[in-house]
Amino acid sequence: MITAEQKPIQEIIQYIAPYSKILLVGCNECVTVCAAGGRKEVGLLASALHLNHLKQGKNIDIREITLERQCDPEYVEELAPYIDGVDAVVSMACGCGVQTIAARFKKTPVFPAVNTRFMGASLSQGVWSERCKGCGDCVLGITGGICPVARCSKHLFNGPCGGTSNGQCEVSPDIDCAWRLIWERLKELGMESRYEELMEAKDWRPGGAGGPGTIIREDLA
Amino acid sequence: MEHFEPEIVAFCCHYCAYTAADMAGSKRISYPSNVKIIRVPCSGKVDAIHLMKALEKGADGVYVAGCLAGDCHFKNGNVRAEARVNRVKKLLTELGWEPERVAMFNMSAGMGEAFAQVAKEFTETIKKLGPSPGRTGAMDKAAS
Repeated sequence: MITAEQKPIQEIIQYIAPYSKILLVGCNECVTVCAAGGRKEVGLLASALHLNHLKQGKNIDIREITLERQCDPEYVEELAPYIDGVDAVVSMACGCGVQTIAARFKKTPVFPAVNTRFMGASLSQGVWSERCKGCGDCVLGITGGICPVARCSKHLFNGPCGGTSNGQCEVSPDIDCAWRLIWERLKELGMESRYEELMEAKDWRPGGAGGPGTIIREDLA
Repeated sequence: MEHFEPEIVAFCCHYCAYTAADMAGSKRISYPSNVKIIRVPCSGKVDAIHLMKALEKGADGVYVAGCLAGDCHFKNGNVRAEARVNRVKKLLTELGWEPERVAMFNMSAGMGEAFAQVAKEFTETIKKLGPSPGRTGAMDKAAS
């Protein structure tokens, strides 16, 4: 899923400082799962903004709404009845949601309340870790199910760099060296020979280097 | 504000602090009437939004009273409650509110004296802090 973290509250307060009627929009998908922008977080942020304004003796009108998905126009359309009555929208979805709202409602400013971080997996309650970079040409089938793009700090493709130390990455001792993990996994699988096969230079275009990606499924479009 | 009497909300676990409050009553141990008790099935039921809403609605201080460490009826509700209280403290600090307005306490069902003591001490803490910034903000605005 896409993970996100709430922005510092003062940054959000600065965004909305000129406005008094705010539509605060959450999303029921990824940001709900990573506890950054679901219904619960919408309520908490609204309450925090109310406390801030109470301290300043000001009034702020915040309408809270959480959409099924903010990255789909049909769900974003649900905001249409409310948009004329507000000065600004604050979105707690990932960047995709913020942009879908901005594209639909051109006259109302939209501000992000979260920083979108990465595509990650849950390791335990409250802990998420990056697992995919969306490189557009998955190599997990030949790296033992461990991604060298997302989990090697240098995105290397043919073994570890010289910075690996006791199986950990030189960027931080808390980061496992992806190539150590790949080697151990290949050994467990009895597929050590895979390690000897050189991978050619990767074409990064499908992962974003060729410009913004688009998928068109003609059978669905 | 010489005669400031704070409004305090205490979320009390049914299995410990709420019973401790009963115990305080049975033993005729008095505690400040500023403290308004809300009984919850476990302190782990108390979410950050409950603490925030209490402050938003005018409480000058809010606390959660749960079981002693390791004694939660539901295993670790008291640990979760403490983590949420700490989260709200952090949020209040970022908003320029005093983090001392929220707190977590632990006690057992038999600790009537401890319940009364916590109620007294927390009430004193809030009295020293003064009315909530939510109230003073409105007053400052009216005066200007």
